[in-house]
Amino acid sequence: MASPELLEIDHVCQAFPKAGGGELVVLDKIDLKLREGEIVGLLGRSGSGKSTLLRLVAGLARPVAGSVRYLGSRVQGCAPGIAMVFQSFALFPWLTVLQNVELGLEALGLPKEEMRSRALSAIDLIGLDGFESAYPRELSGGMRQRVGFARALVVHPNILLMDEPFSALDVLTAETLRTDLIDLWMGKQLPIKGMILVTHNIEEAVLMCDRVLLFASNPGRISAEIKINLPHPRHRTDAEFQRVVDSIYVAMTQRAQPGAKPEGDRFPILTLTSQLRHVSTNILSGLIETVAGQPYGGHADLPDIASTLHMEIDDLFPAAEALQILRFAELSGGDLKLTNLGMQFANAELADRKRMFKQQLLSCVPLAAHVRKVLDERSSHVAPRSRFADELEDHMSEEDAEATLRALISWSRYAELFAYDDHTRRFTLENPT
Amino acid sequence: MPRITTPGAIAAQRSYGPLIWDAIAAIIVLGVIVVLGETSASLVEPLSQLELTPVSLDPSNLAEYAARTTFRMLVALCLSLLFTITYATLAAKNHRAELLLIPLLDILQSVPILGFISVTVVFFMSLAPGKVLGAELAAIFAIFTSQAWNMAFSFYQSLRTVPHDLDEAAQSMRLTAWMKFWRLEVPFAIPGLVWNMMMSMSGGWFFVVASEAISVGNTTVTLPGIGSYIAIAIEKRDLAAVYFAIGTMAIVILIYDQLLFRPLVTWADRFRPEQQPGVEPPRSWVLTVFQRSTLIRIGLKPLKGLWESTFKLAATLPAAPAKSMWLGRDRTINVIWLGMLGLGVTYTIWSIVRFVVPAVSLHEVGWVAVLSSITLLRVVILIALASVIWVPVGVIVGLSPKLTRIIQPIAQFLAAFPANLFFPLAVVAIVTYKLNPDVWLSPLMVLGTQWYILFNVIAGAAVMPRELLDAGASFHVGGWAWWRNVALPAVIPYYLTGAITASGGSFNASIVSEAVSWGDDKLVAHGIGSYIADATAKGDFHRIVLGVAVMSVFVVILNRSLWRPLYHWVETRFRLD
Repeated sequence: MASPELLEIDHVCQAFPKAGGGELVVLDKIDLKLREGEIVGLLGRSGSGKSTLLRLVAGLARPVAGSVRYLGSRVQGCAPGIAMVFQSFALFPWLTVLQNVELGLEALGLPKEEMRSRALSAIDLIGLDGFESAYPRELSGGMRQRVGFARALVVHPNILLMDEPFSALDVLTAETLRTDLIDLWMGKQLPIKGMILVTHNIEEAVLMCDRVLLFASNPGRISAEIKINLPHPRHRTDAEFQRVVDSIYVAMTQRAQPGAKPEGDRFPILTLTSQLRHVSTNILSGLIETVAGQPYGGHADLPDIASTLHMEIDDLFPAAEALQILRFAELSGGDLKLTNLGMQFANAELADRKRMFKQQLLSCVPLAAHVRKVLDERSSHVAPRSRFADELEDHMSEEDAEATLRALISWSRYAELFAYDDHTRRFTLENPT
Repeated sequence: MPRITTPGAIAAQRSYGPLIWDAIAAIIVLGVIVVLGETSASLVEPLSQLELTPVSLDPSNLAEYAARTTFRMLVALCLSLLFTITYATLAAKNHRAELLLIPLLDILQSVPILGFISVTVVFFMSLAPGKVLGAELAAIFAIFTSQAWNMAFSFYQSLRTVPHDLDEAAQSMRLTAWMKFWRLEVPFAIPGLVWNMMMSMSGGWFFVVASEAISVGNTTVTLPGIGSYIAIAIEKRDLAAVYFAIGTMAIVILIYDQLLFRPLVTWADRFRPEQQPGVEPPRSWVLTVFQRSTLIRIGLKPLKGLWESTFKLAATLPAAPAKSMWLGRDRTINVIWLGMLGLGVTYTIWSIVRFVVPAVSLHEVGWVAVLSSITLLRVVILIALASVIWVPVGVIVGLSPKLTRIIQPIAQFLAAFPANLFFPLAVVAIVTYKLNPDVWLSPLMVLGTQWYILFNVIAGAAVMPRELLDAGASFHVGGWAWWRNVALPAVIPYYLTGAITASGGSFNASIVSEAVSWGDDKLVAHGIGSYIADATAKGDFHRIVLGVAVMSVFVVILNRSLWRPLYHWVETRFRLD
C-alpha cells in the first residue's frame, strides 16, 4: 500500500495584479503530492515561484485558483501541523534562544512547565545545549539557523517547510547542518512526517531529497520530476550521485528560453520586450576565459564549471544564458560550448572585446538597438529612462523591467554604446569628456 | 533547613549583592510613590484653594512645584502612550481608518498648543466644577497635545515597517493578533517610541508655562507648578526667581533623565535588531539596580503572570487568516467610505468658514497669511544661521570620539531644556538696549531647537565610515574640498533629520517667542505666533480659529511640499550602501 498523502496540491495558480492592469502569473497549474516519510525538493532559479508555492502550503497566502489540501482538508491560514524554517532565520532579536523556541508553544496555550520541557528537548535535539539564554545577535549564522529549526520542530509538526534554509550560511556550516538534519531524519528522531525543501542548489537537493521537482520561470511551473533513490548517507563524489546531478543540469538546459523562439534550436531570438537578467561583464569575460582555457578548450560541462568557479545556479545559468543570447556560447545538454566568436573574444584585447560586445549587443538585443536608434534620431541625443521602462512594464512586472534596464545599462556602458545618468534618469549618447 | 556550610568569599558576595540592589531599588520605588501620592492628594482640593494659597516666589516652594509639574508631565506621558497604542494601531491595521487618521494626525501635529488650550479649557473646568481637578485636567491635556502626535507617528511608522520575514514567522507559528502585537510589533516599535517619548518630554517642558498659567479671555487659572512660578516671576520682574527656576529645571531634567529615560533607553536597546557598529550600548545604573534586585523581580512576577495569561486566553481564539493577494475587492464599500470622508471634510471646512467669516474680513485673512509668511521667513533664516554654525562644529565633534562623549550629552540636555526660561533675560537685554523686537526676538525661536541640528550631525559624523575618511586622507583631500566631498555628503541625511525637527519645533515655538513680556514691558514681533497669542489673551475665538487654521495649513504644506520630498531625495542620493 502506498504511504498516505500528507499534502495534496491540485492545479494551484497564483497571480498578482500588474501595475498597468492585467495580471502577472507566477504559478501556473501546479500539482504536487507529499507522502509520509518523504523529502521533496523544489529546485529552480530565483523568480520561478518555488518560494511562492511554499508560502501557499504554509498558509501565508491563498492561491487564486486550485487547492492545497493538508491531511485531506483545505489549507486556510496557517495550519497547526505545518511549520516553516526561513532563509533569513527570522528570529525575534529581543528574545533569547529559549524564548524564541517557546514562542510557538505559547501560541498553543500550553502550560508553562510543558512549554519549558518541550522547548528544552527541542534545543537539546538540535544541538543548542548551553545556548538557551543567548540572544540571536550573539550567535553565528549556523547557530541562528539551528534555533530556526528548533523553533519549527518544537510544535511537533507533521510537515516541515524549508525555504532555502542553508543558503545564508557559509559552505562548511551549511554542510554540517544538512548532515545533522539528515542524520536525525534517518534516525527517526525528528517529530515530523515529511519535508519540503526549496533550494537553488542542485547538489543540496540531490544530497537531501527523495524527489526533486524542477521549476521553470515565466510563468512558474514544474518542468520535470526527478526521483533520487540513492541510500543515505550520500556522498558528492559517488559516480551515481554525479550522474543524478548531471541529469538535472541537462534537464535544466533543455528548457526553452523564456520569452524567446528557438532559432535552428541553437540560439534564442529576443524581442524588444524580452526580459534580461543582469550579469556583470566581469563575470561574462571571466566565464568565457575559463571555458576557453585549459582543461576545457572551449567546451565545458556545467556541473564541472559550477564546482570549479563555486557558482550556484542562480549565478551560473544567467551568465551562461547571457553568453548564449549574445552568441558567444551555446548551451545544451548540460554543456557550455563557446562559439567561434566566443573564442575570438577570449583572445582579444580590451578595445576589441568592447567592439565585439557592442556589435553583438546591437544585433542580438533589440532593446539595445532600439534605445540607440531613439538617441540617434533625437537632435538632443537624450531620452528619459521612463520612456523605455513604460514600454517594458506593459509586458512584465515592475521589478523585471527594472532588472532588464539594469542589465541593458550595465552592458551598454561596457560596450560604450550609450551613457546613462542616474540622477537625471536619462539616457544620453555622450559620455562626459 | 538552611545549610550551614561555610560560604566562602564569593558566596558571601553573592548573598550580599542582591540585598544592596534590593535596598537601592526599594528606596527609589518608595520615593517615587511618596511623591506621586502627595501630589495627587491635592487634586481633589476645591478650586478656591488656589486663591487661598497663591503661587509664591519663595524658592523653598520650588521643590513642591517641580514635583507637581513633573507629576502632570508623567500623567500626560502615560495618556500619550495610551493614545499612541490605540490610535496608531488602528491606523496601521485598518486601511479605511488610515485614510482618515493619518492626515488628521498630520493636522493635529501642526496645531499650536495654545489652539488646544483655548478651545478646551472651559470644557475641562466644567468636568469637575469647583475642583482643582478640572484645571489640572486642562493643563494635563495641554501637555498631552504637545507630546502625543509624534509618538503616534513613530509607532505607526514602526508598525508599517515590521520586517516581512518576522511577520511571516509569527503567522506560521500561528500567533494570535494579540500575541503578535505584544511579541512582535510592540517590541519592534520600542526603540523609536522611546526616542520620541524623550522628544515629547522636551516639547512638554517647553510649553509648561503656557499649560500651567492658563489665561484665555476671562478664564485665568494659575496651577501650582514650576511653569506658574516662572509666569509670576515674569509678572513681578523678579530676576532672582527666574534664576532659581532655571536651576530647579536643570535638576529636574537631570533626575528625570537618570530615573526614567536613561533606564528606558538602555532597556529599549535590546529591541534593536542589530547593534549599530561603533556605537556603545547605553548604560543606566537605575536599570542595573532594578534588574539585579530580587525584590523587584518578586514584585513584578504576578504582573508578568497576568500578562502572559492573556496570551493563553488569546490562544483559544482562531489565528488570523491569510490575506488574499487581491486588494480592493470591496470597491463599493471603499467608494462609500471615501464619499463619507469627503462629506465630513467639506462640512468641517464649511463650519470653520461659517464660524470665522462673519467676524473677520477677507482682508484680515490675507494679513494672517502674510504674518505666517513672516514667521516662516524667520524660521528659515534662523535655521540656516544655526546650520552654518552647528554643522561644522558637529562634524568636528563627531569625528573625535573623546569630544563626542563630552559634547553629545550636553547637546541632548540643552535640547531637553525649556529654552523659554531664558526669554526674560533676552527681554531685559532688548529693552535695555532698545533693540528692534522684530529682529531680536527671532533668535528665541531657535534657542531650544538648534541643538537638534547639533546632535544629529554629531551622530552622523560619529558613524562615518572609516574607509571614506582614510581614502580622503590618502588622496590629500583637504580644505573646502574635504567638506564638500567627504564630510557634508556623509552627514547630510542626519543633518536633514535634525533640521526638520528644528524647524517644526521653531514654528511651534513662535507662539511663545514672538510675544514675550517682562513685567509691564511687552515685546511683540510681527508673526502668526504673536497673532494667536494675542487672540488667546483676548479670548477672541474667531481669530484663534483663523490663526490656528492658517498656521496648520502652512505647516502641512511645508511638510508635504518641501521636507518630505527633500528627505526622500537626500535618502536616495546620499545613501552610503
